[in-house]
Amino acid sequence: MRRAGGFYAQLAFCALVCAFLIVPVILSVSAGLTVNFLQGVKSGLTLRWIGAVWSLYSDTISLSLLVALACLGATLLLGVPAAYVLAKRQTRWTRLAEELLVLPVAVPGLATALALILLYGGFRGFRTSWVFILVGHVLFTLPFMVRSVLAVLSSIDLKTLEEGAASLGASFAQRFFGVVLPNCRSGILAGALMVVTLSIGEFNITWMLHTPLTKTLPVGLADSYASMRLEIGSAYTIVFFLMIVPLLLLLQRFAGERR
Amino acid sequence: MNASEAASIRLERCAKTFADGTRALEPLELAIAAGETVVLLGPSGCGKTTTLRLIAGLESPDPGGRVLFGEADVTALPIERRNVGMVFQSYALFPNLDVRGNVGYGLKVRGLPAAERAARVEEMLAMMQIAPLAARRIDQLSGGQRQRVALARALAVRPRALLLDEPLTALDAKLRDQLRLEINALLRRLGITAVYVTHDQAEAMALGDRIVVMSQGRVAQIGTPREIYRAPADRFVADFIGVMNRLAGEVRDGAFVCAAGRLPWNGKAPVREVLFRPEDAAIVAAAEAQLTGSVAAAIFLGDRTRLSVDGFGAEPIIVETSGRHVFAPGDTVHLRIAEGALLSL
Repeated sequence: MRRAGGFYAQLAFCALVCAFLIVPVILSVSAGLTVNFLQGVKSGLTLRWIGAVWSLYSDTISLSLLVALACLGATLLLGVPAAYVLAKRQTRWTRLAEELLVLPVAVPGLATALALILLYGGFRGFRTSWVFILVGHVLFTLPFMVRSVLAVLSSIDLKTLEEGAASLGASFAQRFFGVVLPNCRSGILAGALMVVTLSIGEFNITWMLHTPLTKTLPVGLADSYASMRLEIGSAYTIVFFLMIVPLLLLLQRFAGERR
Repeated sequence: MNASEAASIRLERCAKTFADGTRALEPLELAIAAGETVVLLGPSGCGKTTTLRLIAGLESPDPGGRVLFGEADVTALPIERRNVGMVFQSYALFPNLDVRGNVGYGLKVRGLPAAERAARVEEMLAMMQIAPLAARRIDQLSGGQRQRVALARALAVRPRALLLDEPLTALDAKLRDQLRLEINALLRRLGITAVYVTHDQAEAMALGDRIVVMSQGRVAQIGTPREIYRAPADRFVADFIGVMNRLAGEVRDGAFVCAAGRLPWNGKAPVREVLFRPEDAAIVAAAEAQLTGSVAAAIFLGDRTRLSVDGFGAEPIIVETSGRHVFAPGDTVHLRIAEGALLSL
């Protein structure tokens, strides 16, 4: 097949962009697996650094998972009913609430964190517990859950579906759990993956809110780059990839299924 | 299903004002007998859907209004406790359930044992002739099939009344006619109390034991299709149902005299206007003519020809003929109006 010159130009450009994105990743991963990064791969490959990361930082990994799951639970409990109300009541006030909900995304994470510290810093028990970080994460991720569920709810004729269910004798609880939730399942799932991914990777807010005893994975990563050998920081990046890439793949696949 | 479960429905002084102050319905009195099919007919915004929603329990009347099923006051009951079946224009089927799941939904939320539920679902599927579709997803069904599923779902719970909100409006013309016949047969067979909302007068004529014609939140006329058509209560009803011709003139010596001729008249006087339906005017020879006009336009419809005839004042009148004669604009036509067909309002 004959290709026009434009095709090859596009291919070259695409390859260039891919290289720009992928080469640092490859470099970082290889650094985490080589015995000595300054000598290069010829110094030999090793899993030693990953082992070191595990012994030094495994608590940050489990804390990240704990925060992410708790954050998911909180955004489900708060976000899904909120999206339902926003979809059901289309007034000036709900429109306003919808707009205000994205503020935590627009405002720099550091500012959100600072506000939390100013407000709650005096409560020592709260300030030093991991729940403090959870609050920051919920603030940051809740809009994504609400938006995702709201998008699906707005695309179906929610009012008539509920009226249909009610005419058949379904109570509010039966309608909500039997009709509303199953029909916005795709939005809930997409929102859930988004929330977990964002929570695991969140750095700005967490860095301000953490204490030496409540470090999450990204905070630990910054810490390791700052104070450890480069190989350990890179190995840490590999661990982070192993956690986040499957989630991103799921998210991608899911977005495809939603037409 | 047996007819004894059907409830009579009564609306007493039911008005509806929406939160933004819009008056959707003036105080309304309406009595529907058990087993009767009543059609609420009118243009959009006339209050027919609001009336249906008051009966369903999806809206509540302004203070002072009452809704009664039989002798029971159900005004305060929400829809889920009224035991009505409802069919929507947009079907409102649950996309997360298959056909069987949809039909069985009402039985499931009522906590009916699984075996009984399955038997009732099969009965409904057979009745609506959709048994082969039982395992289909809703998005795999055509519009006509969806509405059959919706009917089966509404009837499965053995409702005291079946409420239909423009159920055929979303379907194409041929399917609409067919499903209308089926719904008609079904309602007669089940003997269920049914309230049917439509803006389509042909649908109303075909289905209703009685028709409630509504306009601007008020009842314009309640009557059988024949009464509504033959003896419209006012100009609105006369114009909304079918085609009505008007002649302006006055009564003189036992005859109504107008620009196009004289018509025998022994009704009330004085009268400034008389009305008649197109099918009551026959095209006759000049010697027998009561009215004479000239053809303004002739539209061949296949089984008949529709003539628009000038010479009767401001507006032409409409006459229909099934004859084979070909009319051209400008032809003179002689008309005779059937005895007893003239109306005055």
